[in-house]
Amino acid sequence: MLSKRNKEAFFNPLSKDNPVLVQILGICSTLAVTAKLEPAIVMGISVIAVMAISNVVISLLRNTIPTSIRIIVQLVVVAALVIIVQQVLRAYAYDVSLQLSVFIGLIITNCILMGRLEAFALSNKPWPAFLDGIGNGLGYMIILVIVAFFRELLGSGTLLGFQVIPQWCYDHGYMNNGLMILPPMALITVGCIIWVHRSRNKELQEK
Amino acid sequence: MNKNSNIYQILYAAVMVLIVGTVLAFIYMALKPKQDDNVANDKRKQILSAVHMTPASDDVIEETFNKYIIAGYLLNKDGSVADSAQNVAFEIDMKNNIKLKERDLPLFKCKLDDGSIKYIVPVYGAGLWGPIWGYVAVNDNGTDIYGAYFSHEGETPGLGAEIANPNFQEQFKGKNIYPDGEFKSISVMKAGQKPTDGSEYVNAISGGTITSRGVQAMLSECMMPYDAFFKKLQSETNLICGTDLECETK
Repeated sequence: MLSKRNKEAFFNPLSKDNPVLVQILGICSTLAVTAKLEPAIVMGISVIAVMAISNVVISLLRNTIPTSIRIIVQLVVVAALVIIVQQVLRAYAYDVSLQLSVFIGLIITNCILMGRLEAFALSNKPWPAFLDGIGNGLGYMIILVIVAFFRELLGSGTLLGFQVIPQWCYDHGYMNNGLMILPPMALITVGCIIWVHRSRNKELQEK
Repeated sequence: MNKNSNIYQILYAAVMVLIVGTVLAFIYMALKPKQDDNVANDKRKQILSAVHMTPASDDVIEETFNKYIIAGYLLNKDGSVADSAQNVAFEIDMKNNIKLKERDLPLFKCKLDDGSIKYIVPVYGAGLWGPIWGYVAVNDNGTDIYGAYFSHEGETPGLGAEIANPNFQEQFKGKNIYPDGEFKSISVMKAGQKPTDGSEYVNAISGGTITSRGVQAMLSECMMPYDAFFKKLQSETNLICGTDLECETK
């Protein structure tokens, strides 16, 4: 079940081969949905679901897919799954679906997805492909959550909508940093995370 | 079979699209009623927000709405009731309605726990990135605003999106839209500035100038057509009587 190779497929994307930190994929949505923690978490879960299922589907179909239209096949599978996620969210998590608005739809264009389908699912069996999908999704989600944690804390003084910075701080002149809510600060936050990550993983540093 | 033959590819694509299409259509149909409920409940919640009311939980939104919003009307330009059928005001989609040359004038009548009557007017306009909308509740004297609720599709978080912040909306309470007997919409002004036409004003959002202007324009454009109705409210008798509704006199 969990051979060394499968373990690698699952654990590598969490840190050493993280899609956001190392491959710098999926940056667009990382900037857009991380102003608050809740949408970031829902976005993470949605990406994990879409990635795991599409990886398995493509992996099951891998021997039948004609090579010249494989990208189209991948797109159709991903697009269908994304629409399903969007519809389910609208029915069962309406408020969150309003906050995420277009970004759920944009999962289709998330480079991590197409990247994993091309690089892994097309040439591996369903089980490793499933693990790879979950791993990459988690790797993406972890970064989203870290970025959203700092942006919501410093930008709004709340976490998941609950006030965490006590009122007396505001009474003594503390102010929420409005800049944290804007997309550029997400980029800088991601930059800081990459910096910390590289300094702890020397082998990733470019010479 | 040759995987790269044209026939195989075309068949493959056709079958795939057929299957995916069927699955999506099925899911859409299955979830549609639930989604429509969500949209309607969201609208109910927004309308209730205009009179400072929040349903205790998501399960009682419809109940609360039906309890307090006692009637909905479509008005004529002269302020008389054109239609008072149930749900007729609720079903108006402002997005399409606002584009009509002769637009409908939906109005909600709300009766609070203390017996006071408020009239709620839906408003719809443009922000910086997309549409903004809201509901404005007016006291039954036809001059003061009782409460306002605004929302938006995609204004900048922390800047334009602050129009959805209760602190911004709170400012509208008690503002007079007939400061000197004539309709003058509420202005949204930068701190330190005052409107030149003598209208009452609230503070704009710093950094959200275009959205703030959008709110001002939206209020002015969407409330102006109700001028005749507000004037009727101000005159001695309250003229809003439907066929099956009690006529109320002040």
